[in-house]
Amino acid sequence: MTLTLLLVACPALAGLAGLLIRDRRPARYVAVAAPALTLGLAAACAVANPKGDFVLADFGTIRVAAALDLSPTAATVALAAVFVTFLVQLYSVAYLRDDPRYAAFGAQVNLFCAAMLLVVAADDLVLLLIGWEVMGACSYLLIAHYAKLPEAPGAAAKAFLVTRFGDVAFVLGVMWIGASAGTFRLSEIQDPPAGAGAAMLLILFGCIGKSAQFPLQIWLPPAMAGPTPVSALIHAATMVAAGAYVLTRLLPLWPTELLLVVALVAAVTMIGAGLCALAARDLKGVLAWSTVSQVGFMFAGVAVAAGDAALFHLVSHAAFKGLLFLTAGVVIALAGTDGSLRATRLRPGDSPLAFWAMTIGLASMAGLPPLGGFYSKETVLGAAYEAGTPAGVIVFWAGVGASILTAAYAARLWLLLFWRGRGAIERAAVPWAESFSLWALTAATVGVGMLYYAGPFAVPELHWDLMALLLLATLGGFAVVGDSWWRDRPRSGTRVTDRDPARILGRSRPAFAEGLYAERLAAKATRAMARAAGAGARALDERLVDRTVVEGSARATVAAGRETVAGHRGGLVRYLRLSAAGTLVVAAVAIGVSLWS
Amino acid sequence: MSALLVVAVGVPLIGAVLVWAWQHKAFAHWIGVAAAALGLAAAAVLPLGRADGTRMLDSGRFTSGWWHEFDAAWAPSLHLDFSLAVDGVSWPLILLTALLGLLCCVHNAAVIERGKTAPQPREATATATATATATATAEHHTSAPLQVPAATVETGGPFPAADQARGVPAASGRLHPGRFDPGTARPSPTLTSLLLAVQAASTLVFLSDNLILFFIAFEAVLLPMWAIIHRYGDPAARRHAAAKFALFTVAGSLLMATGLFVAVADAGTADLGAIITAGGVSDDVSLLVFTLLATGFAVKAPLWPLHSWLPDAHTAAPTVGSVLLAGVLLKLGTYGLIRVAGGLAPDGAADAAPVLAVLAALGIIVAGLVCLGLPEIKRLIAYSSVGHMGFVVLAFAAGTEAGVRAALFGNLAHGLVTPLLFFLAGALKSRTHTGRLAELGGLRLAAPMLAGLFGFAALASLGLPGLAGFWGEAFTVYAAAERGGAWLALAAVAAFGAFLAAAYLLRMLKRVSHGPVAPAIAGIGDASAAEIAVWSPLVAGTLLLGLMPGPLLALFAEGLL
Repeated sequence: MTLTLLLVACPALAGLAGLLIRDRRPARYVAVAAPALTLGLAAACAVANPKGDFVLADFGTIRVAAALDLSPTAATVALAAVFVTFLVQLYSVAYLRDDPRYAAFGAQVNLFCAAMLLVVAADDLVLLLIGWEVMGACSYLLIAHYAKLPEAPGAAAKAFLVTRFGDVAFVLGVMWIGASAGTFRLSEIQDPPAGAGAAMLLILFGCIGKSAQFPLQIWLPPAMAGPTPVSALIHAATMVAAGAYVLTRLLPLWPTELLLVVALVAAVTMIGAGLCALAARDLKGVLAWSTVSQVGFMFAGVAVAAGDAALFHLVSHAAFKGLLFLTAGVVIALAGTDGSLRATRLRPGDSPLAFWAMTIGLASMAGLPPLGGFYSKETVLGAAYEAGTPAGVIVFWAGVGASILTAAYAARLWLLLFWRGRGAIERAAVPWAESFSLWALTAATVGVGMLYYAGPFAVPELHWDLMALLLLATLGGFAVVGDSWWRDRPRSGTRVTDRDPARILGRSRPAFAEGLYAERLAAKATRAMARAAGAGARALDERLVDRTVVEGSARATVAAGRETVAGHRGGLVRYLRLSAAGTLVVAAVAIGVSLWS
Repeated sequence: MSALLVVAVGVPLIGAVLVWAWQHKAFAHWIGVAAAALGLAAAAVLPLGRADGTRMLDSGRFTSGWWHEFDAAWAPSLHLDFSLAVDGVSWPLILLTALLGLLCCVHNAAVIERGKTAPQPREATATATATATATATAEHHTSAPLQVPAATVETGGPFPAADQARGVPAASGRLHPGRFDPGTARPSPTLTSLLLAVQAASTLVFLSDNLILFFIAFEAVLLPMWAIIHRYGDPAARRHAAAKFALFTVAGSLLMATGLFVAVADAGTADLGAIITAGGVSDDVSLLVFTLLATGFAVKAPLWPLHSWLPDAHTAAPTVGSVLLAGVLLKLGTYGLIRVAGGLAPDGAADAAPVLAVLAALGIIVAGLVCLGLPEIKRLIAYSSVGHMGFVVLAFAAGTEAGVRAALFGNLAHGLVTPLLFFLAGALKSRTHTGRLAELGGLRLAAPMLAGLFGFAALASLGLPGLAGFWGEAFTVYAAAERGGAWLALAAVAAFGAFLAAAYLLRMLKRVSHGPVAPAIAGIGDASAAEIAVWSPLVAGTLLLGLMPGPLLALFAEGLL
């Protein structure tokens, strides 16, 4: 128990303490030392697999326990998360060396890591919810990091609000499960409680929000406004992956027939995001959409009830996506651009490290053996193949399609970055902290496939026929992009100005580049709705309740008082008239009453 | 130990009198601080040597269950006894009251409200004349302000008087014009005296074990609070707001008084603990008693649609006034609702629960939507209170054990978070002389610490887990979900309300903290040491309650409800 508690508390305390530090040098040490220490703790947890609990809050009929349980699979995910955090912190020391707000940044990254570890280790749904939402808040702070970037605050607020919108459903689902099962402890909920189907759909919606799956994928592409290490952190092993992780934790509660919903979400996301990645106009945009698509693979694993396959893909994705983002930061810095694909170009020789890191990362993402991505994708599709359910059929074929797309956008990115000749070089050398992170992640990307043979994951056997199919799909994707690239090669006479394999998308290319306009539409619709509802509420509240009823009653009282005063201000004749009239009325009423009775 | 109950009420009261008597002395503020500190100390040691919380009915009289009791006959023929008692439900609120009282006194004494530029000369003359006329005409115009057209600050229009928003330096400024230096404007000691009076009366409300005493104390809170708003509020709106606040709450209190008298007549005793232990009033008046009491408390809490005094009062009140309004006065309403109305008439509460719950849910949504469009920061925070209190009432209405505890917890959490927001907004307004969101921006570049605290308070207010606001609001959802059926819809509404809270608070942060530095913000000073000292207990409390809710919930569990 102490061990798991320390695992969460170490980065959390470092983060809280770091928020108070304003000087750069101590902030740097705290920022890097905490994840390093946590990495050791996570390794110890992976060996010891500790669990334990104490009551955190007692609400009478139900308790919230600080229950932490690191199963071997959970410990592996925790290790991946801490590993990426550590490298991100190290990378950021160099990347943000001129940033005045570095101290706060380092602290927030550590808090973020603590929140993710809490999600991973929690055995209590409310405890999980705590980590879940703190992560959202940290992502808000981190995405808004650049004070000078005009779009950063909006992107940060969007990320937080979209995920929080999903959390409305998530909280409801958690509370519903707690209310019907009488406990929040995952290990104590044996059978799906009453109403589990609806509650799980609610939780699924929350996970869709966090993992940026269809239809809540809209927050992820703008979130690129944050510093590149933050993107690496959010995409690789934390926030975006957390949705898939939670779904795997809750797999025992899923009514089997509802897994079809997960399958549909996964299928639509994998394909749609793949197309968007193929069309995206900037480097980080391609990577962002690729994350959405790859997390779709994890959801696909959940949809066929193969939690371990999904987690395996999560871990290998953490390695290659962390590598890709951190390399992207280096590439953009070297090229001295804003990351748009039109301008960003290097030659492989400009920085062999960046070239090879990017190449290996992209190859792993495309699923080339023997890299980690190959094994993990293979296991997910193998599980789908073996499932034999409608959900399995859907995600299998969507997965094959998405593999073609993955190969295509990975190849496109590689060609555009490195094989268009020389761009302007802004910076010659890569700082050692950055290059160390790249080396470490490259090694992880290459080696993570070993988990298939010696990892904690119970994954299906590799199928030779499937491997052949998948390789064929990958090669097909390469071929399509390569063909387009070859045709557009610079030749005398017919010079193509826009040499971009995304041309194969034809007329739909701008639409996909804009994410099918979903973001803009959603923003417009939400704003219009908020404005209308806000105006309606203000009309109801301020005009009707306040002005009309409350102040109206005050005005009416004052007016009545004034009338009464006026009535008492007449002359003698008026008084006489009034009293005569009054007497008459009283008399008439008295006579009427006596006649009646 | 029971004498400490009297000390907890008496020390602030004596302090108030002393400060009033020595208001022209330089040390007047510090007397107030000392009194408030003593009051806090007295409140803090109350749990020592407490009874174990078992309830016994000994020959019709409630004997134990309270931690401590103090009993003195006052006017027995009127059922009025000076009987005080404390338990796990009231003690945290007493502690909160004492803490906020101390912080407000320290704020008055030590925090120099700084502007970035020297105040315009017209401010000094305007305030001087305003004070002169205000006191002279106060008696004649107590109802007149209602005829005055609504002040611009409420309609969200331009805010011409914004630069005068730091309160009127009252008597001392008028009588000793030479000693009043507007550059280091410090509120008058009279304000401290009034604050202590509010603190004493509120503590008495939470402590009183006698229904008639409860009513007297409940009304006694009103007067000093009215004076705080009326005298030290924002000149543009204070008279209107003060009159509205007073009349609205008095109207509610009268209904409440009727309910109390019906209950006393029915039970034959005014001993709160005894009636609660006996299971409340008899069935045939239960609903009547609950309706009357709940209406009165709903005004104070406030429950939609009886809330409309609140935004005006909070916006117009000086910073410390807003802090006490949000941190203490609203708690009187919820405490009364849960302890008194729910305790005296549990059957009536069960019958009326759906109505309460629907109104609370409506309040959450309406307040959230209104906040989305409000242009002024203090008014936004004030409206957010309506939403937070909606959560408390909804959890109480759900009526389950978890619901009542969530209500009590949310109540207390709101008492930490919203005062912090008001302190921060006050600091911001005193520096920039404007509260309009459109004129703010870039605070995190100009004053990073202030901006960081704003971010913290906003995150706490939107119910971020790990901070105090979470437990109350999340378990409101739980309590409603626990009831099942149509209550699930209310649970969904509450969860959506938390989303709206995130939306409007992030909008506030975006306008205040982010973006380029606005002209109003440029050059302002960051948080001073005195300000940090005042705010840090609230920050620490928010963190502590968020990370360790267990002990407080355990206190509620043994409370008398």
